Amino acid sequence: MDFYSFLIQLLNGVQYGLLLFLVASGLTLVFGIMGIINLAHGSFYMVGAYLAFSLAGLTGNLFTALPLGIGVSVLLGFALEWLFYRHLYARDHLYQVLMTYGLILVFEELRSIIWGDDVHGVAVPDLLSASLPLTDNLSYPVYRLAMSGVCLLIAGGLYGLIKKTRLGMMIRAGSSNREMAEALGVNIKRVYTVVFALGVALAAFAGMIAAPVSSVYPNMGAQVLIICFVVVVIGGIGSVWGALLAAILIGLTDTFGKVLLPDYAGMSTYILMALVLLWRPEGLFKR
Amino acid sequence: MSEPLLEARGIHSYYGASHILHGVDFRIDRGETIGLMGRNGMGKTTLIRSLLGHLRPRAGSVKVRGLDVTQAAPYRIARLGLAYVPEGRGIFPNLTVRENLIMAARAGLDGRCDWTYERILDTFPRLAERLANGGGELSGGEQQMLTIGRALMTNPQLLILDEATEGLAPLIARDIWTIIRGIRDSGIATVIVDKNYGAVIGLADRCMVMVKGRAVFDDVAEKLSGDVVQKYLGV
Ligand SMILES: Nc1ncnc2c1ncn2[C@@H]1O[C@H](COP(=O)(O)OP(=O)(O)OP(=O)(O)O)[C@@H](O)[C@H]1O
Ligand SMILES: [Mg+2]
Repeated sequence: MDFYSFLIQLLNGVQYGLLLFLVASGLTLVFGIMGIINLAHGSFYMVGAYLAFSLAGLTGNLFTALPLGIGVSVLLGFALEWLFYRHLYARDHLYQVLMTYGLILVFEELRSIIWGDDVHGVAVPDLLSASLPLTDNLSYPVYRLAMSGVCLLIAGGLYGLIKKTRLGMMIRAGSSNREMAEALGVNIKRVYTVVFALGVALAAFAGMIAAPVSSVYPNMGAQVLIICFVVVVIGGIGSVWGALLAAILIGLTDTFGKVLLPDYAGMSTYILMALVLLWRPEGLFKR
Repeated sequence: MSEPLLEARGIHSYYGASHILHGVDFRIDRGETIGLMGRNGMGKTTLIRSLLGHLRPRAGSVKVRGLDVTQAAPYRIARLGLAYVPEGRGIFPNLTVRENLIMAARAGLDGRCDWTYERILDTFPRLAERLANGGGELSGGEQQMLTIGRALMTNPQLLILDEATEGLAPLIARDIWTIIRGIRDSGIATVIVDKNYGAVIGLADRCMVMVKGRAVFDDVAEKLSGDVVQKYLGV
């Protein structure tokens, strides 16, 4: 592989990893803080992609679709937490798996009713539709670079939120000792609602910005969900930084696996998971 | 008589099927100090958790300044000016010392901020040296100071201290007692649970002695005779 092909794969791997991080960060937060195994998390990614499709169609541009889509997904997050998820916090994982699996079916059915079962595409916004020429016949799409940049910004924002703000301190305090946090006046239920809605919005946002490169299709959440669980397990359950590192590792492994070992491409990420867990059974970052 | 700061009547609390509190009455006025005494397992911690909403009483009522909070969420009760230093301290090990304090910061009910971050650090200079350390890296005495400092950050009207000196070396325990006395003298009402009965009686306006989930004595500290102490506290 020459240098420029390597560079392209590297950028693709990092971009895929960062996108996975957006989805996985919400999954690991909700799991680590509220103790919920949320199988429907991939559906939020799918909802985001379909929202991008509809809203970009409606407004004519992905840029205007994004803020609208974020608003809708935050509202969806609040509603779902209030209607369903808050009843799961104190329950056994079996109930959580049953209900959230049920939600996947509901989301797929609703998707089929609202949007049908066809595959759709979303146009890359004009502003970002160019490609950077690397050599005479190799170039790299600006949109993918922009995706990586936005994901990095969000990762930085998430870091600031969790490490630097009082809300972040309350989130961490509540995950370590709920009763004590409440005794200090923290409305932990509201903190949970906010964390959940944040997780939904992150996953949906990932779906929205991925729509132009991955297209929009039925069941697109399932694949992402599985790989995101791999990310959460490798990173260490509940650890956002673990998820970031693990997501990039997975992105690179998957991308280079497909190029270097095409026959085993489907297995490469799981082999990575097995190796990491042999080395550190609790994942890269133990909370 | 003025309205009590906190008043509970006929509290019955359970852990699952076991009936722990059998109709306990409890009352504390503004600025008052109450010593809550009793041997191991008599229900002191259970009473405190019932007052603060962490354990829902099956019967009875709890009022804060006349407001019924029997069914209120613990965070709402806390925001009425009640702060808690729990048994076992309850620091957040995954937060730094600074974060443990900052996350609790709140103005008091009357809007006053007598206890600021700076004042806490003045009061507990040892914490000031360890601001960036994780809560779990502190010694027992430092953890206790952090828990008390954190409770004060909420600018409470009532501070409940459950076994604040438990497991501390005598010299450190003495420091903690000095701090508790200072808090009491600043006008904050306090409920003190401690195995050091002498120190409790020395600080308390009133003492309450619990035996098997019932209050068997509740009167001014001076009336706590040697007989009562002998019979119910076994010293
Ligand atoms: N979580 C719990 N589940 C079941 N029973 C409990 C629980 N906590 C306490 N108990 C029981 O309730 C009774 C009262 O306990 P509590 O902790 O209130 O006593 P205490 O007076 O605070 O004792 P100590 O001086 O040891 O702290 C004891 O018999 C104890 O075994
Ligand atoms: Mg106790």
